[in-house]
Amino acid sequence: MEHIPILRMGDCLLITIQVEMHDRLALTLQDDLTSKIYATGAKGVLIDISALEIVDSFMGRMLANISAMARVLDASTILVGMRPAVAITLVELGLELPGIHTALDVERGMQKLRSSIATAQAHE
Amino acid sequence: MPVYASVDSELIRSHEQELLRLWLENLKSSGRSGDQRTKAAEVEQQAKEFLNLVIKGIQGGNLQDLQADNWAQLRAFLENFSRDRAQKGFTSDQTATFIFSFKKGLFDLLKKTAKDADSLVAQLWTWTELIDSLGLHTFNAFQRTREEVIQRQHTDMLELSTPVIKLWDGVLALPMIGVLDSARTQVVMETLLQRIVETGSHIAILDITGVPTVDTLVAQHLMKTVTAIRLMGAECIVSGIRPQIAQTIVHLGVDLAGITTKANLADALALAMKRSADAMVTAN
Repeated sequence: MEHIPILRMGDCLLITIQVEMHDRLALTLQDDLTSKIYATGAKGVLIDISALEIVDSFMGRMLANISAMARVLDASTILVGMRPAVAITLVELGLELPGIHTALDVERGMQKLRSSIATAQAHE
Repeated sequence: MPVYASVDSELIRSHEQELLRLWLENLKSSGRSGDQRTKAAEVEQQAKEFLNLVIKGIQGGNLQDLQADNWAQLRAFLENFSRDRAQKGFTSDQTATFIFSFKKGLFDLLKKTAKDADSLVAQLWTWTELIDSLGLHTFNAFQRTREEVIQRQHTDMLELSTPVIKLWDGVLALPMIGVLDSARTQVVMETLLQRIVETGSHIAILDITGVPTVDTLVAQHLMKTVTAIRLMGAECIVSGIRPQIAQTIVHLGVDLAGITTKANLADALALAMKRSADAMVTAN
């Protein structure tokens, strides 16, 4: 069965989606990611969707779900590299993904993620 | 069932000069022969060519069907003619009169050469049908050209009205001018998002100083653009909100929560630069 690789970088998890997402793959990713966060105790998740060209309402909902699940497991999620066409489609579908943090590319996303983890830890 | 007569192309050919003279006189007396936009010589040239092509067309037969092959040359000529007229700014009736005024001279000629009343009626009917459909064809072509002009101006305006400016490193601005409708919002959104990707800018300023009114629909379009920008991972500041517009927005009950707004572009730029500086500090 096909899997999307989840890489560990310190206390962050890095997911780059390089293939066209279909529904089953998205569900597998959801399973894999939650167990990985649980196993590693990661504090941040970065999802790179710069290669993703097609997003439907299901995918939009999956992204929102994944981020909500990570939040419950005490990890903040950041979505990076969304293409203009994808952003327009999501907005037209009414999926505004409230609560998901976004960044332009992986580098800036990592910066943002690390600073938000640092702030969260400072508060504890 | 109307009676169609066979049309004698030789009759026209032999009286070509006379027909042409009568036609041009008629055009001149109706005051539509042309003005400074077209020279008299040019009109004469066009009339001559028209007459020649009519003769050619008649020789090919198919008098009732202008779409037939033998009329192709004449159709092309008329299309060119009306396009030329439309671009020079002639009105539709000025253009159509050019064709219709040909009738008078022709009918005079037919009256002179007709053998009896019945054949005259048949001839007149055939010619009227032919010239009317030629006139209609010209008119259609004229209208098509005008529509093309309007369409082109429309797209030009869309492109003109969406300039994306790079204000600072990582800061883009888009001054919006004119009424915001769905089509324009779409263009604005696509252009801006594309430029954000190209330049890697993290802040975009939407300046709505030039937007005359903001109603619920326009506000919704703005919200969509702002959301799309946020999804891409950039921030959006809306600036240039005039006092009246601020009042309208509140009276309409439009909820702009979650959107950073500033009164003018200068304030927006100041905020953008402050945010960039903050981002640098956190990064270090």
